[in-house]
Order: sequence, then C-alpha cells, then structure tokens
Amino acid sequence: MKMSGAQMVCEAIIAEGVKTVFGYPGGAIMHVYDEIYKQNGFEHILNRHEQASVHAADGYARATGEVGVAMVTSGPGFTNAVTGLATAYMDSIPMVVISGQVPLSLIGTDGFQEIDAVGISRPCTKHNFLVRTLEELPRVLKEAFYIARSGRPGPVLVDVPKDITVEIGDFVYPDTVNIPSYKPTYKGNNRQIEKAVEAIKSAKKPLLYIGGGVVLSNAADLVRELAEKTQIPAVETLMARGVMGAKNPLLLGMLGMHGNYSSNMAMSETDLVISLGARFDDRVTGKLSEFAKYADIIHVDIDAANIGKLVDVDFPIVGDITKVVEKMMPLLDDVNPDRYNAWREILKRYNELHPQSYVDSDEVIKPQWAIERIGELIGEDAIITSDVGQHQMWAAQHFPFDRPRQWINSGGLGTMGFGFPAALGAKRAHPEKTVINITGDGSILMNMQELVTAAEYKIPVINVILNNHFLGMVRQWQTFFYEKRYSETDLSFQPNFKALAEACGGIGYDVTTKEEFDAALKDAIEQDKVCFMNVQTNRFEDVLPMVPAGGALFNMMLPQKTESHREEK
Amino acid sequence: MPKVVNERRVISVVVMNESSVLARVTALFAGRGYNIESLTVAPIPESEMSHITIETKGGVKVMEQITKQLHKLIPVYKVIEHEEMVEKEMVLIKFPIAENLSNVAALCAAYNGGIVNVGKEMVIAQVADEPKRVKHFIEAAQRYNPCEIVRSGVVAIER
Ligand SMILES: Cc1ncc(C[n+]2csc(CCOP(=O)(O)OP(=O)(O)O)c2C)c(N)n1
Ligand SMILES: [Mg+2]
Repeated sequence: MKMSGAQMVCEAIIAEGVKTVFGYPGGAIMHVYDEIYKQNGFEHILNRHEQASVHAADGYARATGEVGVAMVTSGPGFTNAVTGLATAYMDSIPMVVISGQVPLSLIGTDGFQEIDAVGISRPCTKHNFLVRTLEELPRVLKEAFYIARSGRPGPVLVDVPKDITVEIGDFVYPDTVNIPSYKPTYKGNNRQIEKAVEAIKSAKKPLLYIGGGVVLSNAADLVRELAEKTQIPAVETLMARGVMGAKNPLLLGMLGMHGNYSSNMAMSETDLVISLGARFDDRVTGKLSEFAKYADIIHVDIDAANIGKLVDVDFPIVGDITKVVEKMMPLLDDVNPDRYNAWREILKRYNELHPQSYVDSDEVIKPQWAIERIGELIGEDAIITSDVGQHQMWAAQHFPFDRPRQWINSGGLGTMGFGFPAALGAKRAHPEKTVINITGDGSILMNMQELVTAAEYKIPVINVILNNHFLGMVRQWQTFFYEKRYSETDLSFQPNFKALAEACGGIGYDVTTKEEFDAALKDAIEQDKVCFMNVQTNRFEDVLPMVPAGGALFNMMLPQKTESHREEK
Repeated sequence: MPKVVNERRVISVVVMNESSVLARVTALFAGRGYNIESLTVAPIPESEMSHITIETKGGVKVMEQITKQLHKLIPVYKVIEHEEMVEKEMVLIKFPIAENLSNVAALCAAYNGGIVNVGKEMVIAQVADEPKRVKHFIEAAQRYNPCEIVRSGVVAIER
C-alpha cells in the first residue's frame, strides 16, 4: 500500500498492538501528529512535558510487560526525553521512543531544533536508529519493537527526519525480523543447569537472590514454585518486590543498603547464592569483598555481560529465567527440603531479633505507618509507583507487595519525578486498579505539571505525598555523614499542595492525623479524580536499617528498640 | 581468577557495515573507561561487514567485560579476543632528503620495508611489520631526524 512515512509510523504502532501512545508534538514530528489526528487505532495522551511522556510509556510497559511508546519532536523535545530513556535503560524496560528530526538535507547544519539524537542517546538506549530512507522505515520500526522486547529488554529510539515522514512509498510491515548480528540466548546451557542443581542439592545454606529480571521474564510463579519445592529462603532486590509475595514464609525481605536484618545476614552467611535476574548492584552488595563471602554463586541472567561483572561466579547460566527455572524444576524432584531446616531456623531467629520495624507515634503520622495503612486499606488491588528518596525505601520496605508488576519504581537510575507520570501509564494500562504514587515533597514537584494531563484525560491517580519538608534522603545522609549540615535540603518553603492540585483540575487533601489519612484515602478512591494527598509526617525520620555506602552488608545501623516499637508479622 | 593488570590485548570486532557502528564501539570504550591504544577499521571484501581491530590494555576481568559489552551492541556479529595471532602494523616516516639515504634504506630493509617516495626535500619510508618491530624501527629511525611519523594501528588475524 502507498502511504507517507508518517502514516507508516502510525500503522506500525497499530500493528504492534499498542493501545496508548504518550507524547508531545512539535515542528519535526508534525506530519506524524497529523496522521495521529486521522487514525483511530490508538489513543494519544498529551503529557505536559516530554520527560513525563517517556516515564508514562515506561510505567505502561512496567505494568503490562508490553512495549511502551512515546513520541517527541526534535531538539528540545528529544533532550527532554533523555532522562526517561536513561531511566528505562537502567531498569531494562521495553520501550520505543519515536523522535522527529530535522530534514535529512539539514542534518549537520545546526538547523533549527537540530540535535544529534542518536549520539546523545547511544549510552542510554539498548539501540537507536536514525532513519535514512523511506524504504528502510518499516523494517526499522519492526526491528525497534523487536529489539526493545527481546533478550534483555530496553528502550529503543527511532529518530525520523521530517522529510521522510512526508515522502510517499510502499508500506508492507514485515512479519519477521532478521538481524544476523543479534541473537539473544534464551535456553541456558543444560550441563551448567545440571551442575547448578547439584550445587543446590549439596548446599547447606542456599539462598534465592531474586532480581528484577524475574519480573521482566514473567517468571514469578515459577520462582515461587522453585522456592516452595525446595524450601529455600529468598531475598528480593528493590526491583523484585512482589515476586515472592509479602505473606510468603520463605521471603526474608529486601536486601541491600536498606534491606532488613535477616536478608542481609542471610546473604552474609549463605553458602550458595542462587541469583535469578539480579545484577549485584552496589546498593545491594555493599562492600564487595564481604558480599556472600562464604558462598558459591549460581548466576542466571539473560545478559552475559552481567555475569562475572562484579563478583566471580561459580555457575554461570546465560538464559531467560523462565526457561532456565523450567529446566531446573524436574531436576529438583528428589531434593530434600528438610535439608535446609537448620538454616531456615537460623534466619527465623535473625528475623525475631531485628524485625523490620519502626517507632510509631500518636502525635504525628509516621511515613511507615502511612504506607502500611495504604496496604491495609487497598493492598492487593493497588499498583504502587514511587519517586526517589526515603518514601521510596519505606514503600519498598513496608508495603505488602503481593505480585510482580505491582511495584513500579526507578531503581537503577533513581529518577525523582518518575512516579507520577509512571502512574499515569500504569493506570491507563490497568484502569480497574487503584494506582497510587507514593512520593515526596521534593520529587512530586519534578513532574507536577502532569496534574493537568491526569485531569484532562481523567486518569485518577492518587499521589500520596509523604511530606517531611526535606529532601529527606539527602538530609538523612547529611545527618549521618555531614555533621547535620543541611545544605540545600530544607524544603520548609512549600507550595500549597491542595490548592495546586485544585488549580489543575484535581483534588487536594491536607492530612495531619491518622483519621484524616483514612478519610482522605477513602475519599480519593471514591472520587475517581487525580489528587494530591499532602501528608504531614515527622521531619527527621530515618530509613533504617542502613548499610553505609561501601560498608559490609552485615554492618547495619538498626532502629532503636523502644516501648512503642511496632513490629511487623 | 589471576589478575594480570594492564596486559596488552588485541580484539577483532566484526560488525554490520552501517553508518554509526564505529561510533557505537568507540563510545562504549569511552563510556566504560576502557583504553584504546590503537584502532583500525575497513570493510570486509564482498560482504556487508567491516572488521575493526582494537589494541587495548586491561586485566582479565576488564577484557571479559569489554568482549561481553561489545557483543551486546546490536550490529556486532563477532568478537575475537586474539590469543594466537599474526599481527601487523604499518608506519610511514618522512625524512629530510639531506639525511644519508643509503643508511635510511638499509634500516628500512632490515625491517622489511623501503623508501616508497622521493620528493624535492623529503623521502618517505614505509615499514609493515609486527607492532613490536615497528616500535624498534621508529626508535632506530630517530637518528635520521624524522619530521613526521604516521602509524596505522594494528591489524590481526587469528592463526
Ligand atoms: C532527578 C534527581 N535529582 C536529584 C536526586 C538526588 N536525590 C535522591 S533522593 C532526594 C531527595 C528526595 O526528596 P523527596 O522527594 O522529598 O523524598 P524524601 O526523601 O524526603 O522522602 C534527592 C534530591 C535524584 N535522585 N534525582
Ligand atoms: Mg521530602
């Protein structure tokens, strides 16, 4: 069929089954927007900033596992999208971003709104394309989606010069992709898998170390089965919250810098780490030479470059978690789960010694209480997104995550401003679910313009602002490591969050007591409108436990035990 | 794992012949803090591929990461970390014509090279040999007051 390049872009998006595109128009991409106007194969949501468009597409992808799509214009449109690309890149999120570019004839002339998009995005995309001819456009679009979702997923940028969007040519969307130089490994080497299983059977203190790869591979059910069959205890990374399920007795909790005591101790004492889709990030390992010092390591990862990058691995397995664990399961039929009884007993005692806990208060709302309360009131039905800071860590520690893709946060890049737009994407993907962005008074302002987007498109996302009048996480480091010199972290000067939400067509709640919290949250769920819940919390709460950066995992700063200690089951 | 710090290594990278592929490879080295001592690139005849040869330095772990990260680039077909290789490098040197040309010619001959161009004021000598020998040749050439030296970087082929 004959059509313009702009139409081809739309046809490809439809052919890929994408229902929602997030974006922002401008000169170089106007022909595509003209075609968007004419078609009805997908909806387009106009965010109020390109960064938000990319985070929204990212949130859509994280909530569904499908490729998210964002569209931006050249120059500033593209540069605004870079933080979104980098965020998705660090967490391996499948995404295609289509950017306009100046016409081919102007490339290299410093034309109006010309910027080298493929040059800038090279280190923060899985791959990128500058389209050079109309003939290659259908193939490039097909490859972009394929590359984004296959192997280790990631964002792909397709930069389309304006003249190519205008030009008319034949369109056949390819059925298949053939990139001879790109063949991801899925299967996992059988011999290596057998060896790893033998190691599991002869270990005394094995530990499942579960990372975001399990979520990406949709392998959570399988991994739970693996744990249940073998009765091997498990720890989750920040990106894997929800995989095991909060009520799972085999789950010790989250490990790492703000991991709980038993998780970090388990990692320090295990004799066999079974790493599934985790990448030994420095926020997880602490001091590398002390990390899992007594353990052999099985490392299953679809990305060979992750294996052996930071720690030496005894049983490397390159492959998709689902495929590899499927192969492991029958080989483990004769495993004796009682074998690890003594180990689980030790860990249980560690957990009793220092459970995840905090000191609650009757005077003021503690952030941890607020998060637990959301869990109690909505729990399983909610999707939780978050920004970056203390509130993010408390959410990861205290929310009872029950399933994968219930927890959406920027783990790798740690992007403040991610939570609200990501929540828009998640809510669009799952309108039946309550979507709550647990955020801070610093982070929320980094994409607050999305109030307008949410109000216009009726995307009722609840923003719970845990307001400590601080850039709290930075303040915490200043308290601990900079002798309380609170350089540029005091946010005492505040906007009127309630009025701000209302000014943009949403609802605002000022919350200072637990009763108000419950009432506001219930109302917010019923109202079905975007809202800010401005929750005043105590200012100087610290996220604990904490392993100071570069310290060994077993050297944790722990919360004080007092009368009003509230311990979780 | 034995740690050999900063060992010299030669890697061949076979890539799809597309416009930005060299930028991808060099950006990877720059972004991840790996060294490039020399780099050569040319199309592989009668194919849609190019051959990039990179001379680099690093310990075992770094080398492993370099090859794995190169593999991850979508247009990269093959990465060869050379072990048993034949490697060659070429050098062109310009000498003032006033130098003792028969001595220069003899020196070049000792390194399997020769004088390839004679102008009004300068002669140009060429040597293509193993990188180590090229280095020695350049050292030996110093006494004839070379005014310009251009090295090609290494190409290698596994035996
Ligand atoms: C875009 C960006 N800029 C700066 C930082 C560094 N940073 C990490 S946490 C934090 C404070 C966040 O404050 P707030 O959103 O109020 O959360 P709190 O820690 O108070 O819960 C800052 C500035 C970041 N992660 N992202
Ligand atoms: Mg704050």
